[in-house]
Amino acid sequence: MTVRRSSLAAAVILLAGTALASDTDRRSGFDFMGPQTQAMQADDTANPGMLSVLDGEDLWNTPAGAANRSCADCHGDAATSMRGVATRYPSYDEKAKAPITLDQRILQCRADRQEAPPLAWESPDLLALSAYVAHQSRGLPVETGADPQLTPFIDQGRELFTQRQGQLDFSCADCHDANWGKRLGGAVIPQAHPTGYPIYRLEWQAMGSLQRRLRNCMAGVRAEPYGFGSPEHTELELFLMTRARGLPLETPGVRP
Amino acid sequence: MARTLINVPATAKRGEVVEIKALISHPMETGFRTGSDGALIPRDIIHRFACTYNGEEVFSADLFPAITANPFITFTTVAEESGEIALSWTDDQGNTQTETAKITVGQDPVE
Repeated sequence: MTVRRSSLAAAVILLAGTALASDTDRRSGFDFMGPQTQAMQADDTANPGMLSVLDGEDLWNTPAGAANRSCADCHGDAATSMRGVATRYPSYDEKAKAPITLDQRILQCRADRQEAPPLAWESPDLLALSAYVAHQSRGLPVETGADPQLTPFIDQGRELFTQRQGQLDFSCADCHDANWGKRLGGAVIPQAHPTGYPIYRLEWQAMGSLQRRLRNCMAGVRAEPYGFGSPEHTELELFLMTRARGLPLETPGVRP
Repeated sequence: MARTLINVPATAKRGEVVEIKALISHPMETGFRTGSDGALIPRDIIHRFACTYNGEEVFSADLFPAITANPFITFTTVAEESGEIALSWTDDQGNTQTETAKITVGQDPVE
C-alpha cells in the first residue's frame, strides 16, 4: 500500500515537472547557470556585456545621418526617457500594423529621424544601442503583450513555439516547456525566458540578439532558421516575452 | 583605444590586500581561424599585460592564443601607499594602451 502510494506521488511529481512552468515557478536562464557565470553577470566590472552597453552610450550621444541628429537630441537622457521602454517590446507599430522588436524600432528611428544608413543585423553597433536602451530597464518586470492589438500575433508566436520542425522533429515547447531543468548534453535546458537580451554569450565570445539565439536552436533541431528581422522571429520573440511577463529584465545578461 | 573596465578600490587601509580587475575589449584572434575566403586570419592577441604601482611592477602576465576574447584579468596586491596604479598591455599589432587609477591609502594599518 505504502509502495503504491509513494509511486503514485512520484508519478504526480513527474507530471508536475513536465507541465508548463507555472506562474510561481518561472525562472530566468540566470538561475540555471553556474555560480561563476552568475557572479560574472552580477558584477558590472566583470560583465563583458557592459563593454557593449558603454559603446551604446557613446552611440546614443553621437550625431548620425543626413539629419546630423543623435538619439539624445530627441530622447534626452536615456536613464529617464528609456527607463521601462524595453520591458514593453516587441510592441505594436501603427505604421507596420504589426509588432516590431526593439532592434527594429532603433533601425526605424535611424532611417526616419536620423536619415542614416541602416545598421546590419547583429552588427556590434546595433547590439550596443539595443543593449544600452534595454539596460535602462534592468530590474524592471517585463510587461510585453498588454496591448490587445498584439493578441493575434502572440497566438501566432505560440503556434510557432509549439510547432514541430526540423529533421529532429522537435518543437521549442518539447524542450523548454516539457523538459526544462534537465540536461541536453552538458547544458541545462532553461525555460526560455528571454530576459537578458542582447546577451554576452561565452560560447560566442561576443554579444548577440535573441534572433541569433533562436537561429542557434533551430539549427540544433536541423530546421531552417528564420531570417533576421523576419515576422516569424518577431512573433516568437513577442510570445516569449509575453510568457516571461513579470520576470525582471537583466540586460546585459551573461549566458554560457 | 579599446573599451576597458578597470576596477581598483578608491581607498584602502595600509597593508590591506586589494583586488584589481581589468576587463579589456579585444578580439583576441587566435591566428588559427580562417576567414570566408579560406585564408588564415592573422593572429591578433594581447600578448603582454603588466601593472605598476607608483612605478614599481607588481604584476605581469604573458597571454597566449587560448585566452578568450575580451579578457578579464584579476589579481591582488598589497596597498602600501597612496598613488597611481597603471595597467598597460600590448597586442600583436603593436598597440600599447595604458589605463590608470588612483588609490588612497589611509594611515591606519589594517588589523
